Amino acid sequence: MGFYDQYLKGLGVTLKTLTTKAVTVQYPHEKEAPTTRARGVIAMLEENCTVCMLCVRECPDWCIYIEGHNDLAPPRREGGKPRKANVLDRFDIDYGLCMYCGICVEVCPFDALFWSPEFEYSEVNIADLLHDKERLGDWVQTVPEAPALEAGAEAKKGAK
Amino acid sequence: MSVTETASEWQKAAYIAGQAADARVNVELEAEGMTLNIGPQHPATHGTLRIVVRLDGEQVLWADPVPGYMHRGYEKLCEVRKYPQITTLVNRIDWLGSFANEVPFILAAEELMGIEAPPRAQYIRTIFFEMARLANITLFLGDMGVQLGALTPVFYAFRDREHVLNMIESATGGRFHPNYDRVGGLKDDLPKGWVAECKEVMHRIRTFCDQMDDLLVGNEVFQTRTRGIGVIPAAVAQDYGLTGANLRASGVDHDLRRDDPNIAMAWKHADFKVWTHPDGDSFARYWVRLQETREATKIIEQLLDGLPAGPIMTKVPRIIKVPEGEAYVQTENPLGIMGYYVVSKGDLGPFRVKIRTPSFNNISIAPWVLRGVYVPDVITILASLYFILGDIDR
Amino acid sequence: MTHVLAFEYFPLLTAIKIIVIMAVIPLGSLVFVYVFLFKMMSHMQSRLGPMEAGPHGALQPVVEAIKFLQKEDIFPERADRLVFGLAPFVVLVSTFLLYAVVPAGPRLVVEDLDTGIFFAMAISSVSVIGVLMAGWASANKYALIGGLRAAGQLIAYELPLILAVVGVVIQAGTLSLQGIVHAQADGSMFGVSVIGNPYVFTQIIGFVIFLIAAQAELTQTPFDMPVAESELVAGYMTEYTGFRFLFFFIGEFGTAFAFAALASTLFLGGWYIPGVHGTMADVLGPVALAGKIMALGFLIFWVRFTYPRLREDQLQKFAWKFLIPLSLLNIVGTAILKVVR
Repeated sequence: MGFYDQYLKGLGVTLKTLTTKAVTVQYPHEKEAPTTRARGVIAMLEENCTVCMLCVRECPDWCIYIEGHNDLAPPRREGGKPRKANVLDRFDIDYGLCMYCGICVEVCPFDALFWSPEFEYSEVNIADLLHDKERLGDWVQTVPEAPALEAGAEAKKGAK
Repeated sequence: MSVTETASEWQKAAYIAGQAADARVNVELEAEGMTLNIGPQHPATHGTLRIVVRLDGEQVLWADPVPGYMHRGYEKLCEVRKYPQITTLVNRIDWLGSFANEVPFILAAEELMGIEAPPRAQYIRTIFFEMARLANITLFLGDMGVQLGALTPVFYAFRDREHVLNMIESATGGRFHPNYDRVGGLKDDLPKGWVAECKEVMHRIRTFCDQMDDLLVGNEVFQTRTRGIGVIPAAVAQDYGLTGANLRASGVDHDLRRDDPNIAMAWKHADFKVWTHPDGDSFARYWVRLQETREATKIIEQLLDGLPAGPIMTKVPRIIKVPEGEAYVQTENPLGIMGYYVVSKGDLGPFRVKIRTPSFNNISIAPWVLRGVYVPDVITILASLYFILGDIDR
Repeated sequence: MTHVLAFEYFPLLTAIKIIVIMAVIPLGSLVFVYVFLFKMMSHMQSRLGPMEAGPHGALQPVVEAIKFLQKEDIFPERADRLVFGLAPFVVLVSTFLLYAVVPAGPRLVVEDLDTGIFFAMAISSVSVIGVLMAGWASANKYALIGGLRAAGQLIAYELPLILAVVGVVIQAGTLSLQGIVHAQADGSMFGVSVIGNPYVFTQIIGFVIFLIAAQAELTQTPFDMPVAESELVAGYMTEYTGFRFLFFFIGEFGTAFAFAALASTLFLGGWYIPGVHGTMADVLGPVALAGKIMALGFLIFWVRFTYPRLREDQLQKFAWKFLIPLSLLNIVGTAILKVVR
């Protein structure tokens, strides 16, 4: 190890970096696009929800609140008996508690929940982080298509 | 009303015990010298580790690490969670290499269920395991510079670690907490173009390693500060249960990735060298980790080339119930050996989980190795032992 | 130039001088903070640094200063209030006075003392007292260790600093800084007198020693143990807040500025530009000096942002076993050459 290795090489590294472009992204002015799989916010499609409560039960920190009631829907055929249907009254996700694990999205049997890569929903008041079903429904339009898979992958059965 | 008046008997006992423990470390002993309280809020403790050192001038007479300021009770939390839920929790133990925390637990659950992930899942698991190692150790490589006063390396570390995190995110959805492992396989397959991009990132990481070589390893000042500082002989390292790079830096050639062929991971398909260093000092620990980072990039590239086609999930029931039994699985995590001892009574969740984390053992050697060194060396040695607070307290 | 002017101008002149000093040091430190600490450091670490306040964040140092002024001035409960409050001023005074003797042109000098360099070296040691006061009065163990380290270090490096200057003084034959500049301007190097004789060539050993010792005087990495943020939180500045912290901060960068000015005067020819004389030298002199200061500042901070720091005992060893003998040899060599020639 000569003098060059011991003292000058490091100086060379910093000088070289000084002349190259910085990697900073000035956030509010320019934005990086998150990947399509990024877990930003959960979107909910209300029509698909059957109030089965699976997501509530599987959530590791119990941040989903669902209320629903049974209602009689008009019969499918003329003259038939009225059907029983579950109606969703309340679907709240408390993002102050959410761990962004994605288990609820996975367990949902009727594809009512999706991940959206949107991330700009911070609030001044922590109580405002509780998103109700209207707010969650608004996120649906930001849900991207699932990306194509790498070579050698088997398509999942019933993939979303 | 004081605490003792309203509390029950055992609460009183616990309170008194706590007071006594505090008094033991807080009291200014009548011996000469000065007690310096490094932490729990101190720039060099990576979180909230508290180290009480007794100083004579700037020389340490004794040092006593006081962990527990960030205890989150994961072992207990695991008992009230189902198996799929636990991976999201244990992500947060070693928060820099989070994916590596999931693997041993899932392996233990799979062992109990008598299933094994398909080869493609094993390959991808191993790739992400090594990615977690990169995400973890690159930060160490930079952070060691900060602890020694060089500000620049850590920014390079963050810059290049970002690409590793991007790769993890684009496949798993989470940057820090992937939650990608499932009992029996993985959550999702890799997205298109991931393999090619990943190889580019590996190239970047190797460039970063070269930069660290130039900035720190070769630097005379760095060598004066680390060579011969905090020497841990092989026998002592083994006595204290050191694992991982700390053990290998003491000259013990031990790496579960190579030494444990039964583990259901893809390391056996990769050709890599386990680096050791005979010195056992801070420099050796840095150097071994630097070589390990390079080795990890090679492992990932080899596995990406040999990635087999096929499913990523075996057949598992929709509701995972693990049969009665006990299993202990350990893997070579970024910080050392991490093990999960899972006891199942056939329920949806485990009956008891014991987590063996590497940092807890690695930091237990602190009183031995810190005796007689100078205050700046305390920081050097702690930095080179490399612990993550979440990994100590969990 | 003072002797030329009539006695009645004295109050006015003094006021101008004070204003100049009071303006140059904070301005210099603001420029240093912005150019080196904010921008150069950021780009060396491949980031942008402050970008919001002003074009490319140019007003950021001003914003920071205002921020510090708004903050509460906290005294620790067990602090020695008088000493604690006074310490930043002592450091600042030493910084301000340091610049009083540095010439920026043939007539642009606040006070052309006959013993200018002697004065500068002496006054730069005063800051040690301030640092010790801060470390002692803070009633904080980290601050105390930092203060003691600083005292030991500053005293150890004062010596090579002065010894490095002695070589220049011998060669120039004067202690006056203005005289040293003139000696460099009028001198000739191996018979070539086009660019005069900047002592950086003949006194290269002294120059290197001076820069290393200045790095230690300024407590910059690799010699920043007194404020080692990973060990001592912030050393003797740990307990300071608000404008008192700002004073330490200005002191740090103002001293860096002043030392760069001293080094460029001693070794790089100061304000002198080859072929420029008279009034033009008074106009262009400050520009030349500023350019040299920035070049030296770049060097100082370049090393700071690249190197790790030494340990206190290693630093002392380096000073006493290497730098001081080397500078003594340099003096002997210079003296012999001076006599022989």
